Amino acid sequence: MEAFKDKQDSNKWSNREGLKGWLNPTRYGWERLSYWLMRLTGLFLLLYFVGHVYETSNLVGGLDAWNAMLELTQTTYGHIFLILVIGTSTFHSINGIRLIFAETARGLGKPGRPDYPYEAGSLNNIQRSGIWVALILAAAAMLYGSSVLFGGE
Amino acid sequence: MKKKFLLARDTSEINLPRASDDTSDIVLNIYRGGPNQKPENSYDSYRVPVSRWTTVLDALIYAKERLDSSVAIRYSCRMASCGSCGMKINGIPRLACYTKISELGTHTITCEPLPNFPLIRDLVTDFQEFFDHHKKIQPYIQNLHPDPSIDKLSEFEQTPQQVDEFLQFSYCIKCGLCYSACPTVATDTKFPGPQALAQAYRYFADSRDDAVEKRLSIVDDKHGIWRCHFAGSCSKVCPKGVDPALGIQMLRSHMMSITKKPKKRLAELRETSREGS
Ligand code: SF4
Ligand code: FES
Repeated sequence: MEAFKDKQDSNKWSNREGLKGWLNPTRYGWERLSYWLMRLTGLFLLLYFVGHVYETSNLVGGLDAWNAMLELTQTTYGHIFLILVIGTSTFHSINGIRLIFAETARGLGKPGRPDYPYEAGSLNNIQRSGIWVALILAAAAMLYGSSVLFGGE
Repeated sequence: MKKKFLLARDTSEINLPRASDDTSDIVLNIYRGGPNQKPENSYDSYRVPVSRWTTVLDALIYAKERLDSSVAIRYSCRMASCGSCGMKINGIPRLACYTKISELGTHTITCEPLPNFPLIRDLVTDFQEFFDHHKKIQPYIQNLHPDPSIDKLSEFEQTPQQVDEFLQFSYCIKCGLCYSACPTVATDTKFPGPQALAQAYRYFADSRDDAVEKRLSIVDDKHGIWRCHFAGSCSKVCPKGVDPALGIQMLRSHMMSITKKPKKRLAELRETSREGS
């Protein structure tokens, strides 16, 4: 039986989407977009965190080493990077709060008797508004950050 | 208005729109691939006449019956009940029999096998792994300690509220659309998937079942319920309004014991119904 199963399996292509399945976030609505952004911003913030630890560890090299490191953030690219940090951290935190509520079934509605056209209760505007708020606040924070970082030049 | 009754043979006066009145042609691209091959961009195209109510399944059957009998498709009920005609239609998992061509808003329809299911041939995929996940959560009522006050041969009584707790989740037709849309299933073969997890909640919320601990210990795994990140895609594609994402979050909220504890509420409901009867 096992051998038969193995033979069967080798005759099939697994067809699993893998990471490719994550690449297009526009197919399944706001929640999938938020899932994608949450991953992306999480990875970006992880990279930032590693860089940040490296940056601050330069303090042990003395004031000059520290200042040289700070210089990096005073360039145009440095500013753009910092603006991205502001936007991603704002989105990640606010969407994270939304997910704490959603993943404990708050704001998702109650089970009921489904009727045509079978709209899913959990994909309602109450929990979805958390995504919109996260996006709007992230954009506002980035705009404010840009005005401070670039406006002062 | 005077009603006119026509005998079956007297069809000349029936003014039905003829098929040709509102038909148009679409291009139906069907993914073609078989065992032992992973064909990239392997599609055959067929020109198919469709009218207002033609479903994707109708178009596929037309192609198979009249243009190319070698196309492999699977279907049975043609009415969104058996769950066998799931496929990716224009990029989204849908039931072919439940998707009208007109609602897709395009004259080019591309049908591909459901992602995350091993491919057998063309549009036919293997559901073994999906069913294995479903079986694993023990999807049947278990009650080893029935209420001794209830006559052995009588049925379990439930109030309408108790039924509402799980009814929606029992509408699942095991079509696998949710499984194929889920981004966690896409990367983790051990993840039970939205269908099985929602069914775990369906039995958990059923006042007749008392295998709560057993079932929860199955889904409480590092590849289990905790790997759901509420991407919501399962509920988005579900054709029966099961809303698996809701079931999963409700089950998880209970497991973390930081929400309303549905089981407690159910116990109260059970108590009330007993008092009432
Ligand atoms: S939960 Fe919905 S999409 Fe998933 S298998 Fe059941 S009916 Fe299909
Ligand atoms: S043929 Fe049965 S669900 Fe489509």
